Amino acid sequence: MHELSVTQHILEIVVRHAQQAHAARITDIHLVIGQLSSFIDESIQFYWDTLSSGTLAEGAHLHFERVPAQVDCNECGQRSTLAESAQGCLACGSLNVRVVAGEEFYVRAIQVQAADEREQEAEA
Amino acid sequence: MSVKVISVLENILQANDQVAAANRARFAAAGVYALNIMSSPGAGKTSLIEQTLRALAPQVRIGMINGDTTAASMDAERGARAGAASVHINTGGNCHLEAHMVRQALDALDLSALDLVIVENVGNLVCPAGWDLGVHARVVVASVTEGDDKPYKYPTMYRGAEVLLLNKIDLLPYLDFNTDYFLQGVRLLNPAVQVFPISCRSGEGIGAWAEWLRARALKHG
Ligand SMILES: Nc1nc2c(ncn2[C@@H]2O[C@H](COP(=O)(O)OP(=O)(O)O)[C@@H](O)[C@H]2O)c(=O)[nH]1
Ligand SMILES: [Mg+2]
Ligand SMILES: [Zn+2]
Repeated sequence: MHELSVTQHILEIVVRHAQQAHAARITDIHLVIGQLSSFIDESIQFYWDTLSSGTLAEGAHLHFERVPAQVDCNECGQRSTLAESAQGCLACGSLNVRVVAGEEFYVRAIQVQAADEREQEAEA
Repeated sequence: MSVKVISVLENILQANDQVAAANRARFAAAGVYALNIMSSPGAGKTSLIEQTLRALAPQVRIGMINGDTTAASMDAERGARAGAASVHINTGGNCHLEAHMVRQALDALDLSALDLVIVENVGNLVCPAGWDLGVHARVVVASVTEGDDKPYKYPTMYRGAEVLLLNKIDLLPYLDFNTDYFLQGVRLLNPAVQVFPISCRSGEGIGAWAEWLRARALKHG
C-alpha cells in the first residue's frame, strides 16, 4: 500500500522540475531503486496511471533502474555484491559488513517535450 | 519535436525526511527521548507499551502516539488507562506512519511536560521501515509465534532497528522457534542492534529493557 504515497511524492517531484523547465509534457521518468529498498516497481506503476492523469506527467513512461546490494567487509576489506539481502561477506564469511549500495531511492532524470516548439526554435 | 532530458537527482522521500528532521529538532528542544515501535500486527506493541508504562511511569513522564489504519482507538485508550498522555492517529488506510502525521500528533502533546514519547506504528513489517519519523530509536518487536525466519524475510525492517525486542518468550516451550537461527539472521543484518528477549505476559526481561530506556529518557530530560 505504501507505494500510493510514494507515487504521490514522485509525481510532485517530476511535475515541479517540468514546470521549472517550462515543459509541456513529461514523456519519460527514470527512477533509481536500490535492491535493499522495499519499494515495488509494479505497485508504483499500478498507481501511476490514476495519479498522473490530468497532470503534466500523464502517460509518461516509468523506467526502473535497480541498483544491486553491495557490502564492504570490515574484516577483510573485500566488496561483495549480494544476491540476497541477508548475507555477510562473500569472501571471508564475516557478518561485520557495511552497506555501500542498494539503499538508493531517487528520481534520476525526466525527459520532457518543450512547451512551445517555435519559441524554442527561435531561441536556438 | 523538441525533447530534452532534465537531470533531477532528487530523493523521493526527501519531503518526509525534512519533516522528520523538524520533528527531531522539536524533541531535542524539549529534551524528550522518542521511540518508533514497529512490528507485525499482534506481536505485542501495545502490550509492550503498557508494560513499559508500568515500569517507568510516573518517574518518567511518557506521551504516546498510536497509528491505526482506521478510527479504532483501542490502543490509545489502553495507553491512556496505563497513565500516558495519548494521541490517536487515523492513517486513513495508509499502512505506515509518515513524519507529517507525527508532527500533527505532537501539536496535541505538551512536550515540555514529558521525558519520553513512544510512537506505536501501524502493524506491518514492510512499509514503516522506509519512513523516518524523527525519533531517536527504532524498536522492532518480534514475537516467537511469528517464526524464526522473519529477519531473513523482512531484512529492511531488521536492518534499520536500534533495538530488537523478542517478545512472547513465555511461549517458547510450546513452539519449535530456533532462537539461535533467529539471532544469527538479526546479526547478519544488523550487528549493532540491542536485543532484549521479553515476555509482556510474565514480565520476564521487561526490567532490563526498562532500565535501558530509563537511562536514555532521563538523560534527555
Ligand atoms: N503469551 C503472550 N501473549 C502476549 C505477549 N505479549 C502480547 N501478547 C498477546 O498478543 C496479543 C496482541 O498483543 P498487542 O499488544 O495488542 O499487539 P500489537 O498489535 O502489536 O499492538 C494480545 O492478545 C496480547 O495479550 C506475551 O509476551 N506472551
Ligand atoms: Mg497495538
Ligand atoms: Zn570479509
